[in-house]
Amino acid sequence: MGDARRSSRHDRKRARRRAIVRHWPITLILLTAAVVNTVNADGEHQLFYGLGKAAPADLIARWDIAIGPRGDELPTGHGTAVEGAVLYALQCAYCHGTNGHEGPDPVLVGGRGSLATSSPVLTIGSYWPYATTLFDYINRAMPFVGPGSLKANDVYALSAYLLHANGIVAEDEVMDRDSLPKVQMPNRSGFIPDARPDTGAQQP
Amino acid sequence: MAEGDRRQFFRRVRTTLAGAAAAVAAPAGFTLDTTKVQGAVAREYGARSRYETLKRWITPARFLGSTASWTPLGELNGIITPSSLHYERHHGGVPDIDPASHQFLIHGLVERPLVFSLAQLQRFPITQRICFLECSGNSYTEWRTPSAPSVQRSHGLTSCSEWSGVRLKTLLAEAGVMTEASWVVAEGADGAAMTRSIPLAKCLDDVLVAYAQNGEALRPEQGYPLRLIVPGFEGSINVKWLRRLKIVDQPYYSREETSKYTDLLPDGRAREFTFTMEAKSVITAPSAGMRLSGAGFHEVRGLAWSGRGAITRVEVSADGGEHWQDATLHGPVLPICHTRFTCPWEWDGTPTALLSRCTDETGYVQPTREQLRSVRGDKSFYHYNGIQSWRIGADGTVTNG
Ligand code: HEC
Repeated sequence: MGDARRSSRHDRKRARRRAIVRHWPITLILLTAAVVNTVNADGEHQLFYGLGKAAPADLIARWDIAIGPRGDELPTGHGTAVEGAVLYALQCAYCHGTNGHEGPDPVLVGGRGSLATSSPVLTIGSYWPYATTLFDYINRAMPFVGPGSLKANDVYALSAYLLHANGIVAEDEVMDRDSLPKVQMPNRSGFIPDARPDTGAQQP
Repeated sequence: MAEGDRRQFFRRVRTTLAGAAAAVAAPAGFTLDTTKVQGAVAREYGARSRYETLKRWITPARFLGSTASWTPLGELNGIITPSSLHYERHHGGVPDIDPASHQFLIHGLVERPLVFSLAQLQRFPITQRICFLECSGNSYTEWRTPSAPSVQRSHGLTSCSEWSGVRLKTLLAEAGVMTEASWVVAEGADGAAMTRSIPLAKCLDDVLVAYAQNGEALRPEQGYPLRLIVPGFEGSINVKWLRRLKIVDQPYYSREETSKYTDLLPDGRAREFTFTMEAKSVITAPSAGMRLSGAGFHEVRGLAWSGRGAITRVEVSADGGEHWQDATLHGPVLPICHTRFTCPWEWDGTPTALLSRCTDETGYVQPTREQLRSVRGDKSFYHYNGIQSWRIGADGTVTNG
């Protein structure tokens, strides 16, 4: 009984805190009357306007699709190259070629070792530094005629398929939110910072 | 006047007026004395004269939703590009966005994730600036051999507008950026959900969340209703149809900053996050595809711009690069903005080549093609800013080379 009372008091406190959080723009306006005038690190006056609304969690969840190299935003789900092969044949091959390098649209497979030659072929396998980019891009932009139409499992499977076609993962290797960010891309260390101005065309 | 007569009279007046109106559109070859008739009536939204036909040139592509259209620089004057002729580059077509339902989200490493309507954004203090936008693929045809048939097709992926909107810094303060934040991922609401990572320091400096171009709402192909303006940085990072900024602690390596928009070097390594558009100039007239009508006086006209600041000097050579003379810069000369230059030229009627070379406020001088290729090879695609040469033939034809 004592426990129940304690927990209900606790609940009430939590609810009150939630209400403050939910209504924070109003709270902020009440606190500030108009705009708050503070001084930022540069010594400039920084105004707060209280415009905009607290972003709803479901909107953030729906839109949070950019996948960084750590893979923090990767959804649950999984897929293998075997599953991906079927999807690729149906939804991708007519643009990217049966084996991913016949076109007419961008070459996705091959090109390993070509970057320093006179005819470099830039592909997922030869050029891309992170496997997370593959999930991110297929998920947001492919198939070209129906961007954003694939389910998480399909995107994992297609990523697995294209990584396998490029000789990077095994046919039965499961791609999911844990394994995909760990995939070592062949050209992972191939990128260097901007070194411009680099032409020496500088006046004294 | 009898009722019937009166009606007939007015009918005749109407027919005569209609005839006069029709006469305004004179048939070809017939010169109309426009002082003898009333002109067209006022209209609510203007359009150019029916005699003007200047157009963007669209790169042929399998999918026109992922291609580019090029500004006809050769025939334009001044520094502002008409909105209708501003270059375009899309990756998933031009979306049709209802501004009343468009939402703009700021989240990630912030104290207060916020969502804004367009109306709310427009209540923030407004700011404006005139600046150029240039696709980093502009002039890519010139890396291997100078080959574009016109200045439109060699340099037309740069345009210049006045942009108005809110400083991103203001919006980020509103959301409260956390100390561990260092990058911002920007995303568009187009069919490619175009995504780029931008250093937070740049966002806290001069980045604009723009809703107006040349005074009116952005054009759909320029990001209506909302886009980023990232002054001096390559075009694709000025994300159009902006719907989201995620504040993060590292760059996200989107496809558009790995597979594309990176610069392959001869040794097989590639430069990443090559944001700045370096100083560049081009003679817009006379330029390839044009023809000089004869020897004698010609004014050499062109544009210069730099992503690092203001243009301080433009030199023109009328003898293939042997001698250079200072061109006149025409104000306003603004940082990160198209700058007009002109130079008088007496053509003696013999074959020669016209070149221009600019310097910006950092002292950077526009390089030659050879200087660029000696550092970056000929497999590079983006960020070509070499000196352009237009060859003048004895017959007055102007060609690239
Ligand atoms: C209707 C044709 C079409 C279909 C179908 C299609 N793509 Fe694409 N794909 C394209 C085009 C065009 C591009 C280049 C887009 C651009 O650069 O703006 C592209 C780009 C890509 C890229 C990036 C290539 C690079 O080197 O940057 C990947 C990866 C990709 N597609 C995967 C897929 C997958 C997986 C599917 C099947 C689910 C698919 N595509 C279906 C046309 C297509």
